[in-house]
Amino acid sequence: MRLATRQTLSLTVRALLALWRQPWFVAITLVQPMIWLLLFGALFKKVVEIPGFHGGSYLHFLTPGVVVMSALFAAGWNGMGLIDLMNRGIMDRFLVTPVWRGALVGASCIHAAVVILIQTVVIIGVAFAAGTSFSAPTVVVMLVLPVLLGGAVAALSNAMALVTRQEESLIGAVQFVVLPASFLSSGMMASNLLPGWIHDVARFNPVNWTVTAVRSSDWSLIGEHAGLLLALMLVCAWVATRAFRVYQRAV
Amino acid sequence: MEFAIEAEGLVKTYPKGVRALDGVTFSVERGTVFGLLGPNGAGKSTTVKILTTLTEPDEGRAVVAGHDVVREPLRVRQSIGVVGQKHGIDPEATGIENLKLQGHLYGMPRREVAARAQELLERFGLADAQKRLVRTYSGGMQRKLDVALGLLHRPHVLFLDEPTTGLDPEARADMWNEMEQLAGEEGVSVLLTTHYLEEADRLAAQLAIVDRGRIVAAGTPDALKSELRGDALVVELGASDDGRALAAVATAEGVREPSLDGRILRARADEGARAIPTVLALLEAEGIPVVAATVARPSLDDVYLRHTGRTFGAADAEEEQQ
Repeated sequence: MRLATRQTLSLTVRALLALWRQPWFVAITLVQPMIWLLLFGALFKKVVEIPGFHGGSYLHFLTPGVVVMSALFAAGWNGMGLIDLMNRGIMDRFLVTPVWRGALVGASCIHAAVVILIQTVVIIGVAFAAGTSFSAPTVVVMLVLPVLLGGAVAALSNAMALVTRQEESLIGAVQFVVLPASFLSSGMMASNLLPGWIHDVARFNPVNWTVTAVRSSDWSLIGEHAGLLLALMLVCAWVATRAFRVYQRAV
Repeated sequence: MEFAIEAEGLVKTYPKGVRALDGVTFSVERGTVFGLLGPNGAGKSTTVKILTTLTEPDEGRAVVAGHDVVREPLRVRQSIGVVGQKHGIDPEATGIENLKLQGHLYGMPRREVAARAQELLERFGLADAQKRLVRTYSGGMQRKLDVALGLLHRPHVLFLDEPTTGLDPEARADMWNEMEQLAGEEGVSVLLTTHYLEEADRLAAQLAIVDRGRIVAAGTPDALKSELRGDALVVELGASDDGRALAAVATAEGVREPSLDGRILRARADEGARAIPTVLALLEAEGIPVVAATVARPSLDDVYLRHTGRTFGAADAEEEQQ
């Protein structure tokens, strides 16, 4: 157990040092959320006047949606790091050491979590600067829950990378999943204004669990959704550790 | 544990139906350097992948450092060091960071990792470069760091998969010197794969020649060469042959195994210096122009030709085309 922890930490340090040496990576991932927040937010400013929105500004409403969508994208791209390791032969070197496969997945998830935290802090900062504000507990929930969701998605992205071993496949999968998953939730639009079928689908959408928890002030609901996301993350991490077997059969 | 590696009947077929290994059997004595020699695509790397637990064989079994590669992969991993064909080093990290991560993955105590890393950096002349990002290293330096990573945890068995491929001649000679010391100083058993005849000849105490997923010959380099009896004759013809040259040479006394590869005519003779005038006279009588003729002691290339029916260079080029 101690060895597994140490392996995870060492691999995390490697990933974070690489991130530190290429800070533009985070900068690039912030371009899209800024467009959503500032342009999309301005364009649809007046939707809050539709009956069904409970007052406030659209920017205030939209911010959690943008935070969660950005977390999805950042986590989705996480598997690219693994493909890079495979192409450079580093993955094969790791796999012939006694490294625990879970440590490789764990390090990827922590790396994704750090990227998501940085993104979220910047997005919340910009939202504040643009004139909206959130209570301290809401900010905490907005920092923690997207990380749990991101951990799950990062693990799946890793699994996908191990199975397909191709950047193209991963790019396709991320594009195919992230936007639909974001729109099939109350991220952009008040829950009671969603079309009936989207409303139904959204109940089973982890993106929606995250967004509704961030907008809620009901701690039992927040706790329940956090628990669901945590469970999802553990299941996805387990799937990712199994994916190493598929990779090793193919090399 | 008498043998460092025992491989028995290894078979591996890849999804597209490519049979990479077709029953590979060999064993490596402890403390020796064993060479797997073969052209690109012969199955050397697949053999290494199985023996290092990266992938599993479809059939056959292998024991490395006393442990079965399929049933006890973790034990095998703890006992082996691997220097892969691709650089397994992280170019976006420094030399020392690469070494430290490696040590931590093996669970070596921190202090030991630091001491051993410095020892190896000194030994491979990388101490001054240890805080630089690896992508600024030369090819030779990267290879040395690769070997240092493989040796860090003092493995019992070291795998060197094409360790000098892509290096310039100077860096290659440098690596050869390092590798010659390995078996002696570190007391490790080494499995070396290579498609350089000279490398196998110089470094390996025992050798197996791999071709199309099978081992076609095995023994010490000298024993393999002496099996061939006699010298190698190589005659370069002035024009492509229509079969007359081959037929003419076949009639020469004391000349065996004539073969033709484009404009290159090869044969064996007990006493090459005596055979050459006879061969040249026969060719001249047929009116076949000769550009050059040489006599040489048998090389591993001749051994390869003898067992596979093609020269090493031709096999290598063939595989690369595919």
